[in-house]
Order: sequence, then C-alpha cells, then structure tokens
Amino acid sequence: MVILLHVSCSYLATLGFGIILNIPHRALNSCGWVGVLGWMAYLFAWHLHAGTMLSNVTGALVIGLSSMVMARRLKMPMILFNIPSLVPLVPGGQAYKAVRSFAAGNDLGAIDYLVQVTMIAGSIAMGFFISELVARAYFRLRASGK
Amino acid sequence: MERDDQIIETVLLAGKIMIENGADMARVDDTMTRIARNAGIKDPKIFETTTGILMSLPEKRASQVEPIQKRTIDLEKVSSVNQQSRAFQKGQISLQEFRDSLIKLNVTSPFFSFWLQLVAATVISVTLMLMYGGAWQDMFATALAGGFGYSCYYFINNRLQVRFVSEFLGAFLIGITAVLCVRWGAGNQIDMITIGGVMPLVPGVPITNAVRDVFAGHFLSGMARALESLLSACAIGMGIAFVFRFM
Repeated sequence: MVILLHVSCSYLATLGFGIILNIPHRALNSCGWVGVLGWMAYLFAWHLHAGTMLSNVTGALVIGLSSMVMARRLKMPMILFNIPSLVPLVPGGQAYKAVRSFAAGNDLGAIDYLVQVTMIAGSIAMGFFISELVARAYFRLRASGK
Repeated sequence: MERDDQIIETVLLAGKIMIENGADMARVDDTMTRIARNAGIKDPKIFETTTGILMSLPEKRASQVEPIQKRTIDLEKVSSVNQQSRAFQKGQISLQEFRDSLIKLNVTSPFFSFWLQLVAATVISVTLMLMYGGAWQDMFATALAGGFGYSCYYFINNRLQVRFVSEFLGAFLIGITAVLCVRWGAGNQIDMITIGGVMPLVPGVPITNAVRDVFAGHFLSGMARALESLLSACAIGMGIAFVFRFM
C-alpha cells in the first residue's frame, strides 16, 4: 500500500514537472517511469540504512542510467528525462529547515542544515557522474568488442 | 546569400535556440559541430557559453558572433532542434529548409496552456508533500499554496519578465498561504505545506545542467548556471524567511 502510494506519487510528480518544463508529449510517459525508478532506488537504499548520501547517490545513478536508456530508445536528448525525475531528490526539506533556522536567528543550526544540503547536492552530482562513467565504459567496451 | 554565410547562420541559430531554452553545453556543442560537418565544413571552430556563441570556419576565413540575452526553459524546442539536425544528417531536408524551420521554431512555440501547468504545479506540490511524509489532512492546503505560488511566479515571469523577483514573491505567497491555512484550521504542519508548495519553483534545469556542464569540461557555463540556480534558491529562501520573520 505504501509502495503503491510512492510509485503513483513519484510518477505524477515527475509528469507534472515534465509539463511545467514543456517536454514533448511522447516523452512524458517514459519520463514518469524514470522518475519512479529513481525514487524507488532511493527508498530502497534508504530502507537498507545506507544513509542520506548513499541513498541519493543510488537514486541519481539509477536516474542517470535509465534516462540514458530512454534517450537512446526514443532518440531524444537525455536532459528531457533526467531533469524532471531529479526533482523528488532535491533536498527541499533540509534547505527549508536551514532558511527557517536563519530566520529564527539560530545560525549554527542553519549552517548544519546548509552543510547537509551541499552534501546531498554533491552526492546527486556524484551519482550522475558515476552513471556517465558507466555508460561511457559500456559503449567503449561494446565498440571494441565489434 | 552565399552558402558559407548560410551555414554559419543556421548553426548559430540552432545553437542559440538550444542554449536559450535550457540544453546542456555538451549537447549544444555536439549538435552544432554535427550540423556544420554535415553541411560540408571539415573543421568548424565553435566556442559557446551560456551568454554567447563564437563560430568560425577556418578554411573559409569567415566568422560570426551571436549574443544570447534571453533565458527561458522549453525543452520541446531543444528536442525539436535535435530532431531536425538528425533529419538534416540523413539528408531528408536541405540546409535551406532546415534554416526556415529553425526560424519558424524560434517564433512559435506549442506550450502547454497555463491551466494545465497550474494543475501540474498543484499535483507536484501534493504528491511531493505526501512522498516526504506529510499527512493526508494537509493535501488541500498544499494544493492551494502550490497553485497560488506557481501562478504568481508564472505571471511575473511572463508579463513583467523580472528574474528572481518572481521566485521571491512566489515563495512569499506560499509561506503566507501555509501560515494562514494552519491558523484557520485547514492544515496542520506549516513545514510540510511550505516544502510541498515550493517544489514547483525549484530551478531543476540550471542545477542539472550546471553539474553536467562542469563534468563535460564546460567550466564557464557550468559556473554561470550554478550561480543562476544559487540565486533562484536564495530568492525562494528569502521569500520563506520573510514570512517567518513577520508572521
């Protein structure tokens, strides 16, 4: 039941972001599924007690790989798929708490949250980086195998 | 018009459309080089940043500059340029046709209607609020906050065209809506309502592109985009902080 909620919510959220960014109609559905995959990977890692950073790396890695697959299948640029699906991973909660602590005058707490935001952003970037690396290695191997 | 001029103009126009609408630099570079190669230029030299493109054809001793001032987000155009460049590569359209269709693409844009975008924004707010562990009781308040915030953002962006002020006012409105909803008993958690409501304003395109550009070696563009997303995030944060300071 909870899984069903998460699947449908992440699908709809990704779809909604796709509409706001005006991505082509025929990419909308596959874009939604990339978002679901990414969020599921994140949740999976989270429930294995992998910690915030590693969960975000996993989520971003899965998003990067699956959007690369989708981009090749539909012959469209990759950013159509990975930008909307990335949005659920954005550290909105931590950023919000940082702002709230700053407004309340609790600077030390705010900096604590800001560091978390930076680390999460960095781990998302890391996930993309690894996915790019994996893809490049795969294509290189396949090209040399031919 | 001479063919060299036509090639340069087509390539620059394609690059301009892609950068203006939020493509990453590696993709822009790839597409522009490919168009030039397919038009018969052996070694085109292209240098692009988020604010301008320089291009020269060394063997013809011709070069041009194209400044880029506008910055919007419309991924449909990016993908459309990409598709036409593929068609040009396969020889399905001529250079002249390619150029004409790019000019047409630059003027007209089949955008989703405002109402559909508004619905999308409220859906994003509500679903993300639930995904982050919010309660069902807050759904209505979140939808309201997200809808108000996004409409404010949309109208300031489209009518007045001031950047960063739109994010600031949108976030401010979201904060006020969340606080009022909780005071009047239409919601429970201000935090969750605000986080959900702010999500449609998140600068997803510049964040992703900044990372990709830096990794692809386009440091200038990457830094410019990182700054852009940082400013947007600061504007959103300021809007929320304002509400907490005075309410």
